[in-house]
Amino acid sequence: MEFRRPKTLKNVLTHYCPGCGHGIVHRLVAEVIDELGIRERTIGTAPVGCAVFLYDYMNCDIIECAHGRPPAVATGIKRVLPDRIVFTYQGDGDLAAIGMAETIHAANRGENITVIFVNNAIYGMTGGQMAPTTLMGQWSTTSPAGRGQLGEGGPIKVCEMLSALDGPCYLERVAVSTPKDVLRTQKAIRKAFEKQIDGKGFSLVEVLSMCPTDWKLSPKEAVEFVNEKMKAVFPLGVFKDR
Amino acid sequence: MSEKILLKGNELLVEAAIEADCRFYAGYPITPQNEVPERMSWRMPQVGGVFIQAESEIAAINMLFGASAAGARCMTSSSSPGISLKQEGISYIAAAELPCVIVNMQRGGPGLGNIRASQGDYFQSVKGGGHGDYRLIVLTPATLQELYDLTLNAFDYADFYRNPVMILGDGILGQMAEPAEAHPYRPLFNLPPKDYILDGCRGRAPRVIRTLFLRPSDSLVQHNLRLQKKYARMQREISLYEEFETADAEVVVTAYGIPGRVAKGAVKRARREGLKAGLIRPLCVWPFPIEPYKRAVKKAKSFLVVEMSQGQFIEDVKLALECRRPVAFLGKGGGWYPSEEEILEQIRHLAAACLKGLKTQRKA
Amino acid sequence: MPQICFYAEHCKGCGLCVLVCPHQNIRMSEDLNEHGHPFAVLVDPARCTYCAMCGRMCPDMAIEIHEDAPSSQKDAKAATE
Repeated sequence: MEFRRPKTLKNVLTHYCPGCGHGIVHRLVAEVIDELGIRERTIGTAPVGCAVFLYDYMNCDIIECAHGRPPAVATGIKRVLPDRIVFTYQGDGDLAAIGMAETIHAANRGENITVIFVNNAIYGMTGGQMAPTTLMGQWSTTSPAGRGQLGEGGPIKVCEMLSALDGPCYLERVAVSTPKDVLRTQKAIRKAFEKQIDGKGFSLVEVLSMCPTDWKLSPKEAVEFVNEKMKAVFPLGVFKDR
Repeated sequence: MSEKILLKGNELLVEAAIEADCRFYAGYPITPQNEVPERMSWRMPQVGGVFIQAESEIAAINMLFGASAAGARCMTSSSSPGISLKQEGISYIAAAELPCVIVNMQRGGPGLGNIRASQGDYFQSVKGGGHGDYRLIVLTPATLQELYDLTLNAFDYADFYRNPVMILGDGILGQMAEPAEAHPYRPLFNLPPKDYILDGCRGRAPRVIRTLFLRPSDSLVQHNLRLQKKYARMQREISLYEEFETADAEVVVTAYGIPGRVAKGAVKRARREGLKAGLIRPLCVWPFPIEPYKRAVKKAKSFLVVEMSQGQFIEDVKLALECRRPVAFLGKGGGWYPSEEEILEQIRHLAAACLKGLKTQRKA
Repeated sequence: MPQICFYAEHCKGCGLCVLVCPHQNIRMSEDLNEHGHPFAVLVDPARCTYCAMCGRMCPDMAIEIHEDAPSSQKDAKAATE
């Protein structure tokens, strides 16, 4: 059993808080890029949000985008360089709030890109405001009475919503809250990149992830929150595979 | 070999862009520039380029951000409200120093306004419509020949300075048809290699294109100073304008775009009446051509600004003149067009005032 | 013989490794690392089965498993205190 830092992941400390799931997802993406041998033809996009410093951690070409616009930027890159591998790495605010139009339309066009969507049900970088995926009743700095009490609506289920479109070829929701989930996530990310390599179209992996700091929970409690609360609202599974 | 072609401005723009090796276009429908995406939708596939009808102007400009980062010559077009939506993306592209061409066939504003031609987006174009200290090169053609030629040049300016370039037209320019010579494209500059693009890090270190500068704490100050140095260089190197009958002119009319064209007719008629009128017509309003104004101020008694907006261009004229001569104004926003007759009337009035002033001086 | 390596300077002390170790064979240090975090340490090397669950759960690449002992012991602080 060999387990080492993937080549695509730079040997630096991240700025993420203790127990944050981003570090796990970064490593999984890097592992897949290594396994597929595509590092030198991969271009990633960084979002606005906690993962904005993706370029400090990933050892491949990266463009940092405006908030919510990575699918449009990735579209531009992929259409110009169709033989390169293009992925976006986005949080819930980036992908499902300000960038929802870009997400839906890139998916609907069947853009041959891979979206890694980290859903931690909160705005992390700005300090814990309500996200489009915040759970009903969940406290945040802008839903102090718990989401749903002041007309906030409910959490947006991105995989379910996108599965209604013909464009996506692969949609799966996974998590990084147990070792088994982490292994499953690695497989899903690999499959999503393989779909792109095979020219199948839009692939998206939604990863339920921990944000202990803004949830005001310990890392252990944050894992429990994903396993008990988030998975109940966002069921794991494959929503599209063709 | 150049050939004479007859097309609407919006269509000619497409042909010029393709001639200049533009191979990526993303846009969203808005009147009065719909012929651009329509023609692009069938012309781009013919030349192996990419056409995308984006879900919004926001998406379109961000597609350009990606396409430019990937090394393609790229263009988007829209009209006033749509250009407002693009401002965030333009700021990012300027900050990342990526080349691209943005066309604004202006319509009446503010708000949804109307679909008549207007020049109400002057401030937005030359003073930085998006956030932060950045500049665009803003080209202002008045004829379809100029539209064709400046479109060829726009891509070279963009690549040479690694900066977004705006072609600031209006609904008249986009909708009218007149013959133009379709010159073959020849680069204006010896263009530098695109050593910044993201195409995968084979055989080199990974590259990053970013606009966030947090560390060290003064890195964004340094980035801004570097940008300002580039903008100062543009100001030294770019000065595009037409001077007409200014050598001995006492009344100098100044206008850009379609009003510039109408003003030229008025100046010709004034000359036939024996009035010493002249015209300065900028073909680029950022960088603003200061020299013709500095020259004209020696002879001219007064200036007349004509613009299809409520007093925007006039501010740069006053700055160029350093307020050394009175500047009269003829302009309205919201889709008003000046006529030769109106401009001529103003010239007569100003010429008469000059004469009166001269007599008063002599008496004294 | 595989070796499990704990990089104390990469550890942020979140304790996810402690949570997932099937043998309860990881604990947090009482000392703090250079960044002010407690760091994960192996309780009993003999009980480690090198399953790598700790490493896979670690958000900070603070745990690696090497098939061969690392050439530089300095890189891999197999910390058992």
